[in-house]
Amino acid sequence: MATTAEAVEREQKLQGVGCSRRRKEDARFIQGKGTYVDDIKLPGMLFGSIVRSPYAHARIKSINKAKALAVPGVVAVLTADDLKPVNLHWMPTLGGDVQAVLADKKVCFQMQEVAMVLATDRYAAADGVAQVEVEYDELPAIVDPHKSMAPGAPVIREDIADKKEVGHGPRTHPNHIFTWEAGDKAGTDAVFANAPVTVREEILNPRVHPCPMETCGCVASFDKVAGQLTVYLTSQAPHLVRTVVAMLSGIPESKIRLVGGDIGGGFGNKVPVYPGYVVAIVASIVTGVPIKWIESRIENLSTTGFARDYHGIGELAADKDGRIQALRFTALADHGAFNSHVSATKFPAGLFSICTGSYAIPKAYCRVDAVYTNKAPGGVAYRCSLRVTEAVYLIERMIDILAQKLNIDKAEIRRRNFVKAEQFPYTTALGWTLDSGNYRAALDKVLKAVNYEALRKEQAEKRARGELMGIGISTFTEIVGAGPNKACDILGISLFDSCDIRVNPTGSAIARLGTMSQGQGHATTYAQIIATELGLSSDEIQIEEGDTDKAPYGAGTWGSRSTPVGGAAAAVAARKVKAKAQKIAAHLLEVAEGDLEWDVDRFKVKGNPSQAKTMKEIAMAAHTSNIPDGMEKGLDGSEYYDPPNMTYPFGAYLCVVDIDRFTGETKVRRFYALDDCGTRINPMIIEGQIHGGLTEAYAVAMGQQLVFDSGGNILSNSLMDYFVPTAVETPKWETDYTVTPSPHHPIGAKGVAESPHVGGIPCFSNAVVDAFAHLGVTHMDMPHSAFNVWKTIHKLGLDKHA
Amino acid sequence: MAKKPISFMLNGRKVETLVEPRELLIHVIREQLNQTGSHIGCETSHCGACTVDLNGRSVKSCTVLAVQAEGGTVLTVEGLPKNGTLHPLQEAFTQEHGLQCGYCTPGMLVRAYRFLQENPNPTEEQIRFGMSGNLCRCTGYMNIVKAVQSAAKKMQAAGGK
Repeated sequence: MATTAEAVEREQKLQGVGCSRRRKEDARFIQGKGTYVDDIKLPGMLFGSIVRSPYAHARIKSINKAKALAVPGVVAVLTADDLKPVNLHWMPTLGGDVQAVLADKKVCFQMQEVAMVLATDRYAAADGVAQVEVEYDELPAIVDPHKSMAPGAPVIREDIADKKEVGHGPRTHPNHIFTWEAGDKAGTDAVFANAPVTVREEILNPRVHPCPMETCGCVASFDKVAGQLTVYLTSQAPHLVRTVVAMLSGIPESKIRLVGGDIGGGFGNKVPVYPGYVVAIVASIVTGVPIKWIESRIENLSTTGFARDYHGIGELAADKDGRIQALRFTALADHGAFNSHVSATKFPAGLFSICTGSYAIPKAYCRVDAVYTNKAPGGVAYRCSLRVTEAVYLIERMIDILAQKLNIDKAEIRRRNFVKAEQFPYTTALGWTLDSGNYRAALDKVLKAVNYEALRKEQAEKRARGELMGIGISTFTEIVGAGPNKACDILGISLFDSCDIRVNPTGSAIARLGTMSQGQGHATTYAQIIATELGLSSDEIQIEEGDTDKAPYGAGTWGSRSTPVGGAAAAVAARKVKAKAQKIAAHLLEVAEGDLEWDVDRFKVKGNPSQAKTMKEIAMAAHTSNIPDGMEKGLDGSEYYDPPNMTYPFGAYLCVVDIDRFTGETKVRRFYALDDCGTRINPMIIEGQIHGGLTEAYAVAMGQQLVFDSGGNILSNSLMDYFVPTAVETPKWETDYTVTPSPHHPIGAKGVAESPHVGGIPCFSNAVVDAFAHLGVTHMDMPHSAFNVWKTIHKLGLDKHA
Repeated sequence: MAKKPISFMLNGRKVETLVEPRELLIHVIREQLNQTGSHIGCETSHCGACTVDLNGRSVKSCTVLAVQAEGGTVLTVEGLPKNGTLHPLQEAFTQEHGLQCGYCTPGMLVRAYRFLQENPNPTEEQIRFGMSGNLCRCTGYMNIVKAVQSAAKKMQAAGGK
C-alpha cells in the first residue's frame, strides 16, 4: 500500500487492482476487428450443414443421399454409417454417458443430428440438406419427466437399456440416469417429524437456454502431411476440448491445436463438446480440407446447451419464531435424451447441495433423480456454477414461504437465520465451508438504501386500494471457483488453472492463462492483478488465452472460476517473479534480501529509500550477467493453482414491482443489487458484469422458457418465441457493494459474474409472489410473463371491475 | 444458379461482385467483401448483430438480399472512423463500458450512428426505444444507453457531425 503522495501517484500509473481502467480488448471490437469463429476463412474450406430429425422419437428406416449428392456444390453427405469405420458415430459425454454424434438407427429428440452435408458454400449445403431423404417410423415420445419412470414407459435409450449404471450409481428403470443424495436423511426426517412448523412447495426451474449472441461453431482443419489438426472453436474450455479430441481421434494431443479466438458470449452454452464439432473434425480428417460448421439460432436454441429443467420440492422445518431447523429438498432433473450434463465427475447434480444458502441450518438432506426424456441433451449451467441457480432459487423461495406462513417480515426472517459474521469459516450441514461473509451488514445496507419500511407502508396502502405491489428480497450465497483438486475433476483432470508470466528486458510482460474470456475482460483484469503484484503498468502487460499451442493447460472459464482460480494463478505466478526480482535487487544494491522492502513498483533499502531498484531496472538486469552467481537468466514465473476451497460471493438484492391487475403486466420499478465479491479488481467491469447478470436473471424470471408440445416438438426455438429482453423491457439497475475478502484467495477476490444471475432470479420471483402474498399465494412458477401472472390474477378474481 | 453482377458503395468505396439472386447482403459483405465486422446472430431480423446502414436507413442485413443493395450506399462498422479518427460513438462505447463480448457491438454502433442522425438530442427513453432492434446479452444495456447519450452530447458540441 502506497503511503506518500508520490507513491500513490506511482501506484495510480500502474492502473492495477481497484482501478476502473478502460478495457484493453475494446479497440478491436469497436472497429469490427474481432476474430470470431465465423470470421475464419481457410483456402478450400467446405461448409457443413446438419440434417436434423423432425421427430422427438423415431426409428430411422432409411437415409437416401442420392438427390443431395446431385445438388451442385455438394461434396459429401455423412451419416452414422460413414462415421462407424472410425468409431466416431457415438462419443462419450462429460456426464459419463454416450451420445450419438449422428443418429444411429434411432432419433431421441427433435432436431437431433442425423447427417451432415458438406458443400462448397453455405447455400449449397442448405440445398443439400433439403434433398437428403430420411424415412422415419415415429415412436411415442416422453416429454414430461414425471412420466419417464412409469412402468411400461417407452424406452428412450435402447443402446443402454441393459446397462446397470451410466456413470453415477445404480439405475432402477431404463429411463433412469442416476439418483444422487447428500446430507443426513434420517436425522432430517426426525426433525421434520417433530418440528413446530413445516412448509412444503413444488418449485420449477424451467428449461431455459443461455442464448449467447454468437451461436456455437467451429472450423476444423487437418493437415494430412503434418498430421496436425487445428480447430477454431467456440469453447469456454479449449484445453479440455483438446484432450477430448485427442481421446476421440487418436491424434497425439501435441498435434492438436484448439484456438478459442474471440467468443461472442458463452454463459455456459460453450462448455460442452457438441456433435457438430465432432462431425466437422472427422470430416476434415477424412477429406483433408478445412470444414466450417456454424449453428443457426434455431439449431442453437433447439439442440445445444439447455439449462435447468429441475422440478423441485422444497421443505423447511422451523420453530415458531421462524428459525429453520431442517431443510429437505428434492428435484427431478430432466436431462433429455443423453446425459451430456457438464459437471465435475464427483458432482452429478452439480453444486446443488449449496441449497442451505446463507442460513445456519442444522440438518439438511437433498436428493436429485435424473431421468431421460425425448428432449435435447444437457444440461449446462446458465451463468452459474452447475445447479447453483436451482439450489439458490429453492432456498430463497422457501424462506419467503416460511415467512408468509409465520407472518414474519421477509427481511426479518433472513436476519434470524443468517450465518453470523463471527461464524466464518462456516461448514454447512451439507458439507461446504463458506469462506467469508457478512450477510446481515449487506442486507441492512440495502434496506436502508431503499427505505424498506416506507416501501412496506406504501405496499400496505396499495393493498388496501386493491393495487398489486410486490417487494422481493434475495440474500444469496454463491459457490464458485471449481475447484479444489482433491474433489474436482473432469475426465480425471483436476480443475486447476494456470498462468505463465514472462517479463521482457524492457519491463513489459506477457502472461498466458488456461482460462478463456467470452467478454469478461480478462485481458484487462488479469493485467491489473499482475500490475499490482509486479509494479509494472497494466498497459504493458499482454494477456493471452485460448490458443492451446501458447497457453498453459487450464480448465477454462465457467462457473465464475477465472478470478478465483485463474486470477489466483496470476497472482501466485507474479509472486514467484517478484521473489526472483528481490534476489536480483539485493544483488544490485549489495544488501541482504531481508533488508529490502517493496514500494509499489520497486524494492528499496529499509531506512534508505533513495537506494532502490525498480522492477523495470530489475527486468533488464535479469537479462544481463549482473545477477547473483548461479542464478539462471530471465524473469519468468508460472503457477498451476489448486484452490484450497471454493469461494463464496454473496449479495443482498431488493426488487419492487408493480403489477397491472387487469393485464398481468409486471413493471420492475426498482432493483437494488448489493454484491460482495471480495477484493474488487476493476469496479467498472464488475458493474458491467452485474448489469448483464441481472438482465439475464430478468430474462429467465420474466419470460424465458423452452416450451414443448406433447409430441416433443419444441415451440420456442427462435428469437420470436424465446424471450431476450431489449433495452426497452430491461429495468434500470442500481448497484452497491461491500467488501469481505476471501481468506484463502491470494488477493482476496471471489468472482462476480454469476452472482447477479443466481441471486437475481429468486428476487424477481419473490417480488411477484409478494404482490399476491396477502391473498394467500405462496408460489408462482417462472416465467412471470404477463399471461402467466394474469392467470393467477384471474383465478383470484382480481381482474373484475368494481 | 446464375450469378448477377452488382455494384454498390461500401464504406465510401465502390465494390463490384457477382451474387446469386438469393444471396443475403450480410453473407456478401462478410464472405465476399471480407468486411467481417458485421455479425450474424439469428438470421430472422430479431437480434440486430447484422445491422448495417443502407441508403440512410438501418437494415438487418441478414434479411436483405444483396441485389437490393445494387447502386446503393452501405455503411458498416468498418466505415465509421473518419480520416483515421474513431467516431465519437466508438470512443463512447469503450469509455462507458458499453461492450463486453463485442459480438453485438458493430450492429449497435451502426444503429446508434443512424439513430443519432434521426434524433441528435435524444432522451434516455428515446435511446432505449431507438436501439431496441439490437439485442445484447452481456451489458444489460445501461452502459450502451450511456454511451449513446455521451456521444450525442459530444457530437452536438462538435456541431452535430
